Order: sequence, then C-alpha cells, then structure tokens
Amino acid sequence: MSLIETRGLTLRHDRQVALRDVNFNIEPGEIVTIVGPNGSGKSSLLRALIGALKPAAGKVSRKPGLRIGYVPQKLQIDATLPLTVRRFVNLPRRQTPEAIRDALATAGVPELAERQMVDLSGGQFQRVLLARALLEKPDLLILDEATQGLDQPGSAAFYRQIEAVRQDLGCAVLMVSHDLHVVMAASDRVLCLNGHVCCEGTPETVADAPEYRALFGSGTQGALALYRHDHDHHHHHHGDACEGHHQETENA
Amino acid sequence: MLDDFILRAALAGLGVALAAAPLGCFVIWRRMAYFGDATSHAALLGVALALATDLPITAGVLLVALVMALVISTLSGRNVSADALLGVMAHSALALGLVAVSLLPGQRVDLSSYLFGEILAVTRFDLAVIWGGALAVALLLAWRWSALLAATLNPDLAQASGGNPKREQLILTLALAIMVAVAIKVVGALLIAAMLIIPAATARPFARTPETMAIWAMGLGALAALGGLMASLEFDTPTGPSIVSIAAGLFALSSAFSAALPALRRRG
Repeated sequence: MSLIETRGLTLRHDRQVALRDVNFNIEPGEIVTIVGPNGSGKSSLLRALIGALKPAAGKVSRKPGLRIGYVPQKLQIDATLPLTVRRFVNLPRRQTPEAIRDALATAGVPELAERQMVDLSGGQFQRVLLARALLEKPDLLILDEATQGLDQPGSAAFYRQIEAVRQDLGCAVLMVSHDLHVVMAASDRVLCLNGHVCCEGTPETVADAPEYRALFGSGTQGALALYRHDHDHHHHHHGDACEGHHQETENA
Repeated sequence: MLDDFILRAALAGLGVALAAAPLGCFVIWRRMAYFGDATSHAALLGVALALATDLPITAGVLLVALVMALVISTLSGRNVSADALLGVMAHSALALGLVAVSLLPGQRVDLSSYLFGEILAVTRFDLAVIWGGALAVALLLAWRWSALLAATLNPDLAQASGGNPKREQLILTLALAIMVAVAIKVVGALLIAAMLIIPAATARPFARTPETMAIWAMGLGALAALGGLMASLEFDTPTGPSIVSIAAGLFALSSAFSAALPALRRRG
C-alpha cells in the first residue's frame, strides 16, 4: 500500500486555486522530488499531505499509523523563546538521551545538543531540524526546500546526508527543491508542478518532457548531463549516459 | 486565618502572578501581546454585561473575554493585517466598555476599581474564584505544554507530528479568557496584560529552556505581586499599579543585566 495517496486533489490558497486535480502516491523507500516555479503549488501540496491544508476537492489518504518526519522550509524562532537543541528535538514528544544522541549523530551534528537554536549556523540548523524529524522514526521524511539559505557545497552535503539517512532507515523521502541538478541526481521519481502536475516520471523522462523544458528552459539540461555522468561513473552504464549527454548537447 | 485583608490580597496577587507567568510566556513567544490587550480590555464590556443582567462579574467577564478572543483568533487567522486589527479591537473594546458601563441605568459604578483592580477588597469567595481560575489555567498549560510549544514553533511541524495547532490555539484562547476573568479584581482591565507580559519578558535573560523561563517568570511575578502590595501599603499608592510598577522595575534590572552579560562573561 502507498504511504500517501491523493486522488483528484484540488487545493486553494487565498481563495485561488493553487493546485488542481493531483493524483499522486509515494511508496515505501522511494525518493520523490517535487520541482516547479514559485507559486506552482509545491508547498501547498506538502501541507495537504501532512494534513495542514484541507482539500478544496478530492482526497488525501494516509496509510493508517503513518509516521511523518517533517523538515519545514524555515523555522522562525522568536528571540524571546529560549530553546536548546536538546529541548527542541524533544518536541512534541519526549525522547530518550540515547535516541537523541543517535539522531544528532545521524544528522551529522553530534556535538550541538546544549547549544541555543538561535546561535546555530544555517547548515547546523537544517541538520538539527533533520535530527528532530528522524526522532519521529518516520516512514516518510518530508523536506520543504530544506536547503534554502545554504550555499552550494552546503546543500550538496545536506542531500548526501539525506541519501545516507534513507539507506540507514529505509524511509521514503519526499522533497521540494530548487537545486535541480542535485535533486535529480538523488531522486527515483520527479514530479513537476505548475498549478497542476505538468509531468512526472524518472529524472530523465521529466527532463526530456517539453512541459518541463518550457518551465525551466534548456539551462538545466547541462545539470542533468552531470547527473548522467555521475551515474555513468558509479554504475557503468556508459553507453546510455553518453547517448543522453549527446542528445542534450544537440537540444541545447 | 483568612480574616486579614492583607493576607487575602497577598494570596490573590500570588494566584494571579503564578498563573499569568507561564501563560504570558506563550503570549510573548507567539507575539500575542496585542491579543492580550484586546482580550483584557474587553473585560470592561463584560462588567457592563454582568451589571446589566445581574450575572456575577466573573461570569460576564469570562463570557465577553472568550467571545473577544475567539473573534480575534478567527480574524487574525486570515490575511487581514493582524497588528492594526488588534490595535483597533483593543482600544475599541475599552472605549465601548466605558460607554456601556456609564449607560447602565441607576448604577453608580466605581470605574477605577474595574480599570485598576481593588485587590485590598478581595473576599474569601473572590479568593476561591481567583485560585480556581488560576489552577485551571495552570493545569491547561501543563497538560498541553509540549503540544503548545510545538505549535508555537511551527504549526505545520506540529501538524505533521499528529498534533492539532488549531486546537492548541483554542486552548490558549480559553486560558487567556479565564485569566482575564480572574485577574480583573486584582490588577484591573488595564493592567492584566502587564502581568502576563512583563514577568515573562523579565525572565528571558535567565533562561536556556522554555520551562526555566516559565519558572523564573512565576518567581518574578510573585515577587512583583508581594512587593507591590507592600509598597502600596507603605506609601499609600493604588495596589494594582504598584504591582505593575515593581514588575517594570524588575524588567529594567533584568534588561541591564542582559546588556551587561557579554562584558561580564568576557571578564569572567
């Protein structure tokens, strides 16, 4: 059974239709990325999946007992709220000291437990958000533009961490991202939104789709070539990768 | 033992201070200061309602504060400019309350007792109401503490963990209305918000976690309540404003301390 499934999902934001007629599902262990321009309904879709936004039409069904680890796009902590990392990762449920140590280590920030949240750097902050999400023992990890505000190496490192976490825990990952090239390299499936689902499939399928190119232009294709080159390097599908690369060069 | 009016006043002040402190923490963490103002100013309308219908004052205030808090929390959920809206509501509620009380036929109401409280006139029955309400607020907050914190940090994050941020908002709204209803006798409609906000803001520099901040705020609030009561007896000043003045003095000291803290650390 899918972890989450939507049928004919339509969402409104400020009385306008933000997203219409989405049929979507995510299976255990899958990494799915949502791409799309600003205002295309990406965050609305995530909020509907976690139950924070009521569908205007259609329906969202979650697997009974589904545990979601959610990493929000940004978390504004008011300066009047004192909060150590240890206290934060205990929200909303108390965790054992061992579990906290493990989660912080898995997220790559083992030494930060006693620091104040407001004193953390951008990268540290995102990793602490990740650690908190991991403590939910999620079947599904949801990341909403989790690398916003990180520099290129920072976000690349963050995505490597996500990949390692998936290997470790076997949870499914659903993320929204603007870092097209990094994201595509890490995804099993890509969903491209622009007020509706304009295309979906494997990273290659989506990158070749005319709808996707209309949105993102040909500039991202070089990035995809990078993706294929990567895979070519690791998985020895040399021929395919080369073909793909040439094809893109012609198209560009 | 409760025959002494000063003892009753001290207990009333303590009850309000101890419950207002943790609630006040949420008021400042969630940036609801104006929300507190509007709700407590609406208390005066509640007084008018109670006097007009022979309801107990506490019931009238509770009812109106609850309605006001619910209206604001619904309106500010939408995309109306919340800050301006709350400012309008806070002052309109106060003005309407003053007008409504003055329109009551045949009543000669001592307005200042509702505006600034009359803690020295607290009866045993008042004391029971105050401590009952304070206990209800404290229990509500203790019961929902972690869920409230999660919802305060980020509603979506709370929702994803199976929480219900809208319910938590309602619980805070309810706690605020109860607080206003029991505090009006002690510090009056004008200064209830001060008892919420000032001790919590004063506690901030001393705390590293939300819980320690709430505990510090309770201590500082209690100190202000007792200190203000003693000062008002000593200098023959109005008690409610004296309590708030002491709280403000503590806030100034705490701010000076937090400004000096980096320098102290460097030297230490």
